[in-house]
Amino acid sequence: MEKKVYKKIYELQKKIRFLEEKIASNYKMYKMRCPTHLSVGQEAIAAASGLALNKKDIAISYHRSHAHYLSKGGSSKKLLAELHGFNEGCSKGVGGSMHLIDLNNNFYGSTAIVSNSIPVGVGLAYSIKINKQKNIVCIYIGDASLEEGVFYESINFCVVKKLPVIFICENNFYSVYTHLKNRQPKQRKIFKLAKALGAVSYKFSQNNPFKLYSKLQKLFNKIRNNPTPHFVEIETYRYLEHCGPNDDTKLGYRSLEEVKKWKNKDPVVFSRNYLIKKKLFNKKKLDSIDSKIVKNIDKEFNYIKKLKKPKFKDIENLVYKK
Amino acid sequence: MKISYSQAINQALTEEMKKNKNLICFGLGVNDSLKFFGTTMGLEEKFGKERVFETPTSENAMTGIGIGMSLYKNPCVMMHQRLDFFLLAMDQLVNSAAKWRFMFGGQNSVPITIRLIVGKGWGQGPTHSQSLQSWFAHIPGLKVVMPALPSDAYNLLKASIRDPNPVIFIEHRWLHGVQEKKIIKKNVRKQIGVSKILSKGKDFTVVTYSLSTLEILALKKTLNQNNIVFEHIDLQTIKPLDLKLIKKSLKKTKKLLVLDTISHPVCSIGSEILSQIYLDKEIKLSKSPILLTLPDIPSPTSSFYTKDFYVSKKDIVKKIEILTNKKISIKLRDNIIHDVPDLKFKGPF
Repeated sequence: MEKKVYKKIYELQKKIRFLEEKIASNYKMYKMRCPTHLSVGQEAIAAASGLALNKKDIAISYHRSHAHYLSKGGSSKKLLAELHGFNEGCSKGVGGSMHLIDLNNNFYGSTAIVSNSIPVGVGLAYSIKINKQKNIVCIYIGDASLEEGVFYESINFCVVKKLPVIFICENNFYSVYTHLKNRQPKQRKIFKLAKALGAVSYKFSQNNPFKLYSKLQKLFNKIRNNPTPHFVEIETYRYLEHCGPNDDTKLGYRSLEEVKKWKNKDPVVFSRNYLIKKKLFNKKKLDSIDSKIVKNIDKEFNYIKKLKKPKFKDIENLVYKK
Repeated sequence: MKISYSQAINQALTEEMKKNKNLICFGLGVNDSLKFFGTTMGLEEKFGKERVFETPTSENAMTGIGIGMSLYKNPCVMMHQRLDFFLLAMDQLVNSAAKWRFMFGGQNSVPITIRLIVGKGWGQGPTHSQSLQSWFAHIPGLKVVMPALPSDAYNLLKASIRDPNPVIFIEHRWLHGVQEKKIIKKNVRKQIGVSKILSKGKDFTVVTYSLSTLEILALKKTLNQNNIVFEHIDLQTIKPLDLKLIKKSLKKTKKLLVLDTISHPVCSIGSEILSQIYLDKEIKLSKSPILLTLPDIPSPTSSFYTKDFYVSKKDIVKKIEILTNKKISIKLRDNIIHDVPDLKFKGPF
């Protein structure tokens, strides 16, 4: 792998981490008035997969999608404007945190109802196939997606029609406050279920984001050359509450030990140490990368302050296309 | 040669598939032996299996898949042999298709047409006969179309397919056999949202759509013979409603009968029309308006029950007598075939 790819993977993870943390700390100013699902802890999967996709490849996602949007090339300025409810947002402030889009980078949208965007992604893949194009569709889902009927319907259609789809299942073990063990049989493996339905299925780890990237890149190329539905389960963990900016360990639905266990193998921290250990970049270089990212984020938050209040009349005519 | 409603649908689909090489048609039964009540005849042969395809029994996913296709570059026509099955797809319809354009700031839209067939009679019962246009009309982002006659079905289906927004196209099963001498082609761009006056008159205004248009047409001769001349408005589009036309007519007739006879009464299209008329201070009716609907219970199956469940010709005539203050002489047999569209119909659906 080229050195600059290592750098990109590191940078992107850091960008997501810093931005999400800044959103969390600024949330208490009550300027971002929409339900916001932060990706802190889950950056590695988004960064590795987003960078492994080509620009022409399509991604579609669910409610916790800031990281996916950013990884596919989405503008953080437009994301912040969206969260703050401005017309300059990626969805003109109409959609908010759960409805992000960037058509220039083929991020076709994230939607809020669990599993809702799955069939839309599959439809995009059907179009790609019959138009004889070479791009693939990446559908981000969570562990709870497998509890919705539409998942089965969609994967079945993908298998029947041999579509160029990669499902990336971010298994963070919780649907809001409810653990997987209360929602699905204990002995079940998510990726095995997808396999039984006919998808080529794997379980990857997020622990080494660089390794994850190269595995995914190989897989995506394989799908591009021989369109068939693939499924990858990756275990991950969100550090903050399901929805909102806070640490929620005090609620008691998950133990402090569990949170600690995941934070001890934090992929972002791992990435930094790995780059130093392998002598790819030194501490000083990484520090300068970090401070550049932070500076840029601060600039973008300042930009938001200058935006003008949008008017209701600007959006009334958005419902129907003329 | 005469043309039937289902042939008109077939002709519109065939012409649109030919015109737009990206258009896709799919649904359970699209290529079945009965060819979707005759409406998809020849499509697969002409346009191939990629553009005309059978689907898994997955209403919700298939709706989302249609949305995805239409977002990329393939507008679609999706079809369901009964509306009731489409209820499994409400998430994709309401949360995705209807909202997509709005919630992403108007960047793209969902050109999908969803054909839904509504059943009646021959024991279609509680879950094969629901006509839920008022549900769909309630959702911003959707258009709802319900033509009654073959030419209108032809023009409106073409209009729906070319519309860049999601359109719900509802066909009553009893209309498939309705015939016209020939198709009268109209400017497709000016079809959705425009109602039609089928006959002019002064005694009262009757508003109908879909099957109820046929119900009043069947009574027209008798009513005329009784010196009753009514103004007949066929809605054709349920959303957006062409209230202007209704209001204009009411300024002349001052009497209103709404035949919403395939719908339940609560929050119906009929009740919507009445409330809109009531809210308009410029309209003064000389008599209380009348709304005829199905009762507020699900459809039973047995034809012994449906006889009283459906709105009959007799029910309509009685209401017209009240509205016009005239006694109407009409011979109505105790209709033994109330549960089929015509004597040729031998089920099963």
